[in-house]
Amino acid sequence: MYDFQYTKVQSIDDAVHHMQQDEEAVLLAGGMTLLPALKQRLAQPTQLLDLSGIENFSSISVDGDAIRIAALTTHAGVAGSPLVQVHIPALAALANSIGDPQVRNRGTLGGSIANADPAADYPAALVALDATVITTKQTIAAEDFFVDLFETVLESDEIITAVSFPKPRRAAYAKFANPASRYAVVGVFVAESDAGCRVAVTGAQGSVFRWQEAEAALSSEFDAKSIESLTLPTDDMNEDLHATADYRAHLVVVMACQAVREITG
Amino acid sequence: MTVNGKAVTADVEDRTLLVQLLREQLGLTGTHVGCDTSQCGACVVHVNGASVKSCSVLAAQCNNAKVLTIEGLADSQALHPMQQAFKDNHGLQCGFCTPGMIMSAIDLVQNNPDPTDAEIRDWLEGNICRCTGYQNIVSSIQAGARMMQSR
Ligand SMILES: Cc1cc2nc3c(=O)[nH]c(=O)nc-3n(C[C@H](O)[C@H](O)[C@H](O)COP(=O)(O)OP(=O)(O)OC[C@H]3O[C@@H](n4cnc5c(N)ncnc54)[C@H](O)[C@@H]3O)c2cc1C
Ligand code: FES
Ligand code: FES
Repeated sequence: MYDFQYTKVQSIDDAVHHMQQDEEAVLLAGGMTLLPALKQRLAQPTQLLDLSGIENFSSISVDGDAIRIAALTTHAGVAGSPLVQVHIPALAALANSIGDPQVRNRGTLGGSIANADPAADYPAALVALDATVITTKQTIAAEDFFVDLFETVLESDEIITAVSFPKPRRAAYAKFANPASRYAVVGVFVAESDAGCRVAVTGAQGSVFRWQEAEAALSSEFDAKSIESLTLPTDDMNEDLHATADYRAHLVVVMACQAVREITG
Repeated sequence: MTVNGKAVTADVEDRTLLVQLLREQLGLTGTHVGCDTSQCGACVVHVNGASVKSCSVLAAQCNNAKVLTIEGLADSQALHPMQQAFKDNHGLQCGFCTPGMIMSAIDLVQNNPDPTDAEIRDWLEGNICRCTGYQNIVSSIQAGARMMQSR
């Protein structure tokens, strides 16, 4: 690791202030992505601003018809939360499928979505549940938050403070996990609410996307049979040593059917 | 911070990892470094009661925290039940992964006192052993869990 200065910030305002003073400063949440990247000398920030000292930054609460999860909540915190388990069990299960116990003990919701790894799990849940991302500058729909591969709308001095997840009527997440890291080769989150059915796919393309054809088919009949013979274009599919574009396109259908069957039983 | 029940103070560089502080400055070399890329789990210790990979945490992030390493488990009389169980059940061959396995296993049993084999295997996702084939590690954790409960 290149040398840097470690600063434990006391409040969100304090963190914003430091980021405005020093453009090369970066936020440190769980460090599960940032510290390995720094070890590989992929980045050379001047300062790490540790968010862990900020009060109430890892709380989970009911907010009307939604569950609000503060940005510094760990994956283990989401997985083990009675509120999340009762109101959005699919989200608790998703959090419990991330990496391994030690990654879940440190890694955070805010860090995961800020990083916007194309294979990360949370983006699928945020988009399918029509969640809202709350930052120090804006309140934005998840669909508009994720832009591209490792890219979000966040500006350099902007901090995610929380995510608000509307409670779905029913939902499930199915992922074909990379056997080593547990990242999603393909992950599909299916959610049904009063507003309709949403299907969000992670791992398959540069960024999370909604599979609208499947949404329409499931809205007319909520059954795996409605989508099992659909196909997706392979042009934009990721291709790497884990899976070809064709295979990923196929996996999207298989994982979507699996999620729907988990819901319909 | 407190390490294995003793208050310790150390001056470290901002970029010092927890595992470097433990091994190089405090001489606690029971915590191993296998991959240094947060994959293998040889470096697992407890910070404020939860298992973490000490190769992926800064020492400074643990300011004032309670850290428990493999050296802090046994008392002067006896091994910790989980250590004893690994010994009794031949849960190790070369022993490189063992400190991390034991620290991870204790965290599991603290949260789930009576785990099934499948739950143990699932929990060990982040602990890699290149020797044993895991069978005896799972048996050791089963035995260790029973011994921890009866203690
Ligand atoms: C072995 C391993 C396996 C993993 N497996 C999976 C998996 O199966 N699925 C999965 O989804 N992920 C996986 N991950 C990634 C893990 O979920 C990380 O925790 C997550 O991507 C980053 O969260 P963090 O809190 O550690 O963030 P950090 O590493 O601390 O930060 C990541 C980035 O986000 C920025 N950031 C952090 N918090 C905020 C905030 N509040 N506002 C704005 N920017 C912020 C940081 O500046 C940094 O650029 C794995 C990681 C490892 C090491
Ligand atoms: S050395 Fe820390 S996980 Fe391998
Ligand atoms: S006993 Fe040798 S690596 Fe596990």
